[in-house]
Amino acid sequence: MPRATVSKALQETSFYGAVAFFFVLAAFPFYWMVITSFKTNSDLYNVTNIPFWFNDPPTLEHFRYLFENTLFTTWLLNSLIIGLCVTAITLVTALPAAYSLARLTGRNGEALGIGIFLTYLVPPTLLFLPLSRVVAGLGLQNSMWALVVVYPTFTIPFCTWLLMGFFKALPPEIEEAAIVDGCSLFGAFIKMAIPLSLPGILTVVIFTFTLTLQEFVYALTFVSASAQKPITLGVATDLIRGDIFYWGEIMAGALIASIPVAIAYNLFLDRFISGITGGAVK
Amino acid sequence: MVSIAEPIAKPATPLRFILDRREVLGSLFVAPAILYVLLLVGVPFLLALYYSVSAYTIYDPSWRFVGLENFADILENPVFLQTLGNTFVFTFGSQIIGLILGKFGALLLLRPFRGRRIVRALVILPWAVPIALATVAWEWMFDSLYSVINWTLIALGIVTRSEAPNWLGTPHLAMLSVIVVNAWRFFPFAIVIFLAGITAIPQDVLDAATVDGAGFWRRNYQIIVPMILPIVAVGLIFGTVFTFTDLSIVFLMTMGGPVGATSVLGFSGFQTGINSGDVSHGAAISLFMLPVLFVVVVAMLRFIRRREI
Amino acid sequence: MAAVLTRDIVKKFGDVSAVNGISLTVPDGQFMVLLGPSGCGKTTFLRVICGLEKQTSGDLLIGGRVVNDIPPRARGVAMMFQSYGLYPHFSVRRNIAFPLRTQRVPGAEVDKKVAWASQLLGIDHLLDRRPRQLSGGERQRVALARALVREPTALLLDEPLSNLDAKLRASARQEIKQFQQRVGVTTIYVTHDQVEAMGMGDRIAVIDSGRVRQVGSPAEIYEDPADRFVATFVGAPPMNIVARNSGYLGFRPENFLPKDMMEDGSFTEFSFRVDRSEYLGSERIVYGVVAGFDPNQVITAKLPPAHVAEESIRPGEWHPFAVRNSALRHFDKDGQRSSGH
Repeated sequence: MPRATVSKALQETSFYGAVAFFFVLAAFPFYWMVITSFKTNSDLYNVTNIPFWFNDPPTLEHFRYLFENTLFTTWLLNSLIIGLCVTAITLVTALPAAYSLARLTGRNGEALGIGIFLTYLVPPTLLFLPLSRVVAGLGLQNSMWALVVVYPTFTIPFCTWLLMGFFKALPPEIEEAAIVDGCSLFGAFIKMAIPLSLPGILTVVIFTFTLTLQEFVYALTFVSASAQKPITLGVATDLIRGDIFYWGEIMAGALIASIPVAIAYNLFLDRFISGITGGAVK
Repeated sequence: MVSIAEPIAKPATPLRFILDRREVLGSLFVAPAILYVLLLVGVPFLLALYYSVSAYTIYDPSWRFVGLENFADILENPVFLQTLGNTFVFTFGSQIIGLILGKFGALLLLRPFRGRRIVRALVILPWAVPIALATVAWEWMFDSLYSVINWTLIALGIVTRSEAPNWLGTPHLAMLSVIVVNAWRFFPFAIVIFLAGITAIPQDVLDAATVDGAGFWRRNYQIIVPMILPIVAVGLIFGTVFTFTDLSIVFLMTMGGPVGATSVLGFSGFQTGINSGDVSHGAAISLFMLPVLFVVVVAMLRFIRRREI
Repeated sequence: MAAVLTRDIVKKFGDVSAVNGISLTVPDGQFMVLLGPSGCGKTTFLRVICGLEKQTSGDLLIGGRVVNDIPPRARGVAMMFQSYGLYPHFSVRRNIAFPLRTQRVPGAEVDKKVAWASQLLGIDHLLDRRPRQLSGGERQRVALARALVREPTALLLDEPLSNLDAKLRASARQEIKQFQQRVGVTTIYVTHDQVEAMGMGDRIAVIDSGRVRQVGSPAEIYEDPADRFVATFVGAPPMNIVARNSGYLGFRPENFLPKDMMEDGSFTEFSFRVDRSEYLGSERIVYGVVAGFDPNQVITAKLPPAHVAEESIRPGEWHPFAVRNSALRHFDKDGQRSSGH
């Protein structure tokens, strides 16, 4: 029946049309980011050019400039160091805390867990004022180490809550068997709970790292010296000379900084979701 | 026959089995986390409260108590009232747009189609990528001279070059721009939340509804929406809290301008407290975020009690 | 000397008493079964003995010494869990060696003991596999080997057969019982299945609502139940219990026979109207109503099919049935056994 097929075809087109709309909506700014980083300056700053494709051949000059004439590599290094340190601090603090709240403290533990998690919601734009005084007091003002001290204030609550979910999902029999077989509670934690939650721990590590990379408010508040900036802050605020934005370099830097985070999110999205919804949804 | 043996009492010395004691180990394990949070979140929070009722500035770090004077000061300032209003407009505008986009995006992504994986991966990007970097890309897209949006509008003949809107330099357009960017950041998260909620609905329930004669819209609004409400509420709470207190987008795109048209609470607190050094007034401004946060936290607690997270 | 001795163990969770005062003695080498319905407290009691839970009050002695405040690893007990609790990330060899390594037993000795335990259970060819590569029966044997390798004073088993399907259960039952008889370790075995209890136990402790109702050999429990609960919990189909003379009268279905099957001796007659009968091959179960008792109460009789004529159990008719007086059990109004009439 032609009428049914026409209406079916219409449905299909509008479906794919809608999908295309979302696709373009989400992805266009990134396409713009990519293409800007490869365009020559003369191509970019010419209003008469069609902006959607290359008019001059693509170039690597922005990337070269980024690595040779700016502090980009320093910023990358800073972010790496901050990420590693914060992840280490978070793991050492959150792993035992999560285990305790999941296994060792019963009903009080639940309440405490929720309490710790709620501190994640206290906004940085409220805490940055007193924290800037604390940081100054510690002599860390204008240094990236201020961030190493401050970032765990939000990574620890969130990761404790995530890890609680993972520990609760372990069957308690294995830890109990280890206890009967001769481990202390602490031994059961180290030898059984941790090895068996490695996937969850890996997720938490990746997530903590991306949280530190994403952060902007504290970085803006505590760090103004260019050489101390982490990568997100550096790219967003430091590639300006006077009033002139170095858009090519900015986009190139943004691209490089975004890729690892985007990849990590995509690989771990499913696991991350089930962590948030407590494994109830898969 | 069984004989009852005499008990040979061997007292267990407390220290020997200390690593086995639940209470001891439990408290020991949580201690570092609690300490960190108390020292670096709890104490600063109290400090912020105190700053707001003191006369503390960077240049004159005085702990003198001034009561509610700071609050009176800022409330008398018309710019502040505009800031307060802006924050609500910014938050609710972007949340609503984000939710609507998220809902429909989720419905589209439910149906398997070729290339769905790639689409899904790319649709996540706005949320996954660091906020400052994505914002900077939009800043470039809104640039007063080289905006690709304006180029497209001119090319389509909708406006001429002289009429081309200055997105970040015109008050209402600036607010629209920041709302768009924030909604754009939020909608992938909304999609993920909606997908999680909808896929959690047991297929039997949906089938039963179809057999009972419910069409698409009735199924949607009477079955699906109530069942995903809890999860969507959680997502909305997160989104609202982060948007209401955010300063990144405003800082990078408009610096609160033009003339305070896009100034929001988080940004204003930063300007006053950090840039100008007027800590006490800055704290007072930031504290205006608390009532909304409080409502949100209470709502979340009540919700948690109903659903075991 | 008793291997395990408990005195008035009480375990409360908040206001709820899971274990309500259990005093039990398990002599060395005995296979003691804790039998009871779900939620009766038997598993909690076992966990208290093991040390995974601490009792609210009461004393626990293992091997003659008080272990109230001592953690599991120092009590000399080994436990086998319902899902075996094997360490998934260890090989079978490491699983069995684990209890020895935690006690810092020297390496050569560990190898010797692991070899001994695995040979005893016939799994020495599986030592390098992972638990997920083993069948259910093999996993059970690994769990037993691991429990045994420390030569514990007591072996505790928590419903180890409940995850198996019916066919495997019988052979698994056989294996465990034979194993215990060969090795001679004191064993406490928790189950809700009365067939398992009757088939495996040297002695059975019937538990309900946190209290021991009766302790005795399978024959004592079956023939001489201490109260209505024990009488009806053990035996399938359950004992018929009817109200009579401000007390209760009980008789087992296999003792409720047509009158002309009665041999000499005193017996009590009943008039029995058959409503339904089930032919099960080796026996015939007949359901009906007895005159003089509650007309809504169904009475069961278990008859050997070969010896029963069709006419004596035709449905819808009243037939003379009887129970030997020595098979009648009397209970007072509280449900306790009495010698009444």
